[in-house]
Amino acid sequence: MSRLEPATAVGWARVNLFADRRDTVITFVTGALVVVLGFRLLRFVFVTGRWDIVRVNLGLYLYGRYPRDQLWRVVVAVIVVAFVGGALAGIIARRRDAAARAAGTPTDDRRLGTRLRDLAVRVWPLLLLVVVLLALTSTITPTLVALAMLAAVAVGRVLGAAWPRRVDVVFFVLPVLLPFVLLPFLTGPLGWDKWGGLMLTLLLAAVSMLASFPLGLLLALGRRSALPAIRTIAVGFIEFFRGVPLVVLVLMSDQALGFFFPQSMLPGKVVRAMVVFTIFTAAYVAEIVRGGLQSVPRGQGEAAQALGMAPWRVMGWIVLPQALRNVIPALVGQFISLFKDTTLVFVIGLLDPLTVADAVTKQRDFELSNFAESLIFAALLFWVGSYTMSRESQRLERRLGVGTR
Amino acid sequence: MTAPATTARPPIWRDVRYLRVLFQAVVVAVVTGIGLWLWNNVQTNARTTGIPLTLGYLDQPSDITVPGNDLRPTQSVRDAIGVGLGNTVRVALAGIVLATVLGVLLGIARLSTNWLLSRLAQAYVEVLRNVPLLALVIFSYIAVFLRLPRLENATTVGSVFIASIRGVAIPWYRIEGSSLAVAAVIVLALAAGWLAARWRRRVNEATGQPAYRWTVGVATFAVVVVVAQIALGSPVSLSGPAVDGRRISGGITMLPEFAALLAALVTYTASHIAEIVRGSIQAVPKGQVEAASALALSPSQRMRLVVLPQAMRIAVPAIGNQYLNLTKNSSLAVAISYFELTKVTSVSIGNRAPAVPSFAVLLLLYLMLSLALSAVVNIANRRLELVER
Repeated sequence: MSRLEPATAVGWARVNLFADRRDTVITFVTGALVVVLGFRLLRFVFVTGRWDIVRVNLGLYLYGRYPRDQLWRVVVAVIVVAFVGGALAGIIARRRDAAARAAGTPTDDRRLGTRLRDLAVRVWPLLLLVVVLLALTSTITPTLVALAMLAAVAVGRVLGAAWPRRVDVVFFVLPVLLPFVLLPFLTGPLGWDKWGGLMLTLLLAAVSMLASFPLGLLLALGRRSALPAIRTIAVGFIEFFRGVPLVVLVLMSDQALGFFFPQSMLPGKVVRAMVVFTIFTAAYVAEIVRGGLQSVPRGQGEAAQALGMAPWRVMGWIVLPQALRNVIPALVGQFISLFKDTTLVFVIGLLDPLTVADAVTKQRDFELSNFAESLIFAALLFWVGSYTMSRESQRLERRLGVGTR
Repeated sequence: MTAPATTARPPIWRDVRYLRVLFQAVVVAVVTGIGLWLWNNVQTNARTTGIPLTLGYLDQPSDITVPGNDLRPTQSVRDAIGVGLGNTVRVALAGIVLATVLGVLLGIARLSTNWLLSRLAQAYVEVLRNVPLLALVIFSYIAVFLRLPRLENATTVGSVFIASIRGVAIPWYRIEGSSLAVAAVIVLALAAGWLAARWRRRVNEATGQPAYRWTVGVATFAVVVVVAQIALGSPVSLSGPAVDGRRISGGITMLPEFAALLAALVTYTASHIAEIVRGSIQAVPKGQVEAASALALSPSQRMRLVVLPQAMRIAVPAIGNQYLNLTKNSSLAVAISYFELTKVTSVSIGNRAPAVPSFAVLLLLYLMLSLALSAVVNIANRRLELVER
């Protein structure tokens, strides 16, 4: 049932809030609830909440026990990532414009101000986080770092849109290579067990994400294989890890994994946690990719075969690209889960933001109080990351037109 | 036109039949090799540390005290795991029921034509869905349930609800006399209700009169229960909780750990179920609703008879998945000391139970729970599946 779009605010309210008597009652009840909740929330954030616990320990939430004299490494890494991100955005925008021009469809001709406003609306959770973080700091350095990041994004965006097309390939390979350069750079002489806070979360999530994808792909192919032995192994692996809770696996990585390796070969806690997250996520990725493979019409593979392609080419050039395009949103969803699940290292005492949030309340100054403030701040860090990813994934889903083609 | 039959085989290194066997043999050999290597390491490590790999520890005393349970520390690890399993099942069942109710309500609110209600439901879903469950569990435990007032100034709502640091008390049934008789009556009433419903369906199929299967079935069930209740002299009564000096009498008291875990699991899972409900209702083709309108069905009939049955078919597998997740997520109790399976295992390992067999038992129990639950979901799914020819 389509409605006429009402022109005035009163008209809009009449349609959307006071359509009939029942609607009016609902509006008043819900409105009262919203007012009460909103008032209490605002009062907590700005009046009764005592945020000193976050202010004092901000560094712990963000980078744990990472040595302060090495923090410049983090700053450099963050700015490099910002620059590459900006450049990619620029390249994509330029290519889209070129494609639109070639096809004769209208190009994106929004003015710069409008573009910035649209971008701000799009990434408002990130901006909120930056504002919160800067409000909690007292020195000038974080503000300078934030400005440098913004500048890096802007420079990247302008350069990316300007340089010749043949440089693009570098920047499509870079995001994959970057972790292999940045991780050793960040670890430097320290070792991974020094990582903590939000940095640890990002490390665990990024490494497990990158490693679980190929493993999951192999498992999915194994599960679809015509060879019974391969299929059995893949099914057993996938179903086992999907049937058990991740917490138990994380606990095992600490308390039982040591038994499965010679003592000399046993890696540190962080690496063991990475292995567990990777294997667990791979089992879920495998099921998602399998769904994608099943969604590709059989005729596609058969047609490729009829053209004389070798089996691995049929898979790699024809079936997989279509399958993966169909499952990008589901994969992003799985990686959001992974991002949130990294908090489970709480149970083995690694210093991720949640562990920090719990531990700082035991400091003498806070004497087991301010739990709410501390936990809400840690939760905000995760909420911003995961909400941003989920919004971007929905955008991507609309753009790819999954399910509509 | 047929190709000339050849008897010549390709060389062995290009013969698919050989290659398949060879490839599988190599993969199996590698996997077995890794497995044997790991097993060998376990045995070596077990020998050097003197920690056994057998299940003998199950009969040792557990040294575990579970709050709110009369398990003695001298009882065996086996008994402690039994208590843990019971607690896992308890929180999972309560969570599944409550999360479904809350999730469906939120999903429907999300689709409301009322802008404010729909936006409020959306805000709930987007906040809860994007926060780590562990953060919710810890928050709900230390920032909500452990901050409740002492029993003397507990928050009470009549004799329905008492919230204090000792836990949350709600009314609960109480059985006087034989609980076996009560169980028998309930089974009898269920059977009567089912028979009545079947009778109405037969009548409907034979004559075309309206069936009212659910109304008649539920009414029959209620009549049998009420008659039995009167005839047996009210063996089942509802008891409300009341503060009785330093303790709570009547009703049932949920410990803070249980209540905190349940609240976190329910609010989190409900946000996922709400999205599933919304998605499935929106996935029902628009033409179905329009056709129902054309047949002059009322809005509620449209929902009940046309949209929901089709939405259910889409929603059930996904919601079943959420039930599985909720059950597995109950293991997060390990962070707040609610003694379910994982907590019991982790404490008993702390009390010198050997780690490898303990975790093996734990994993096996979770696999069995997952299998049992997914079997139930599959049955439900098959009942709803479209019968295609």
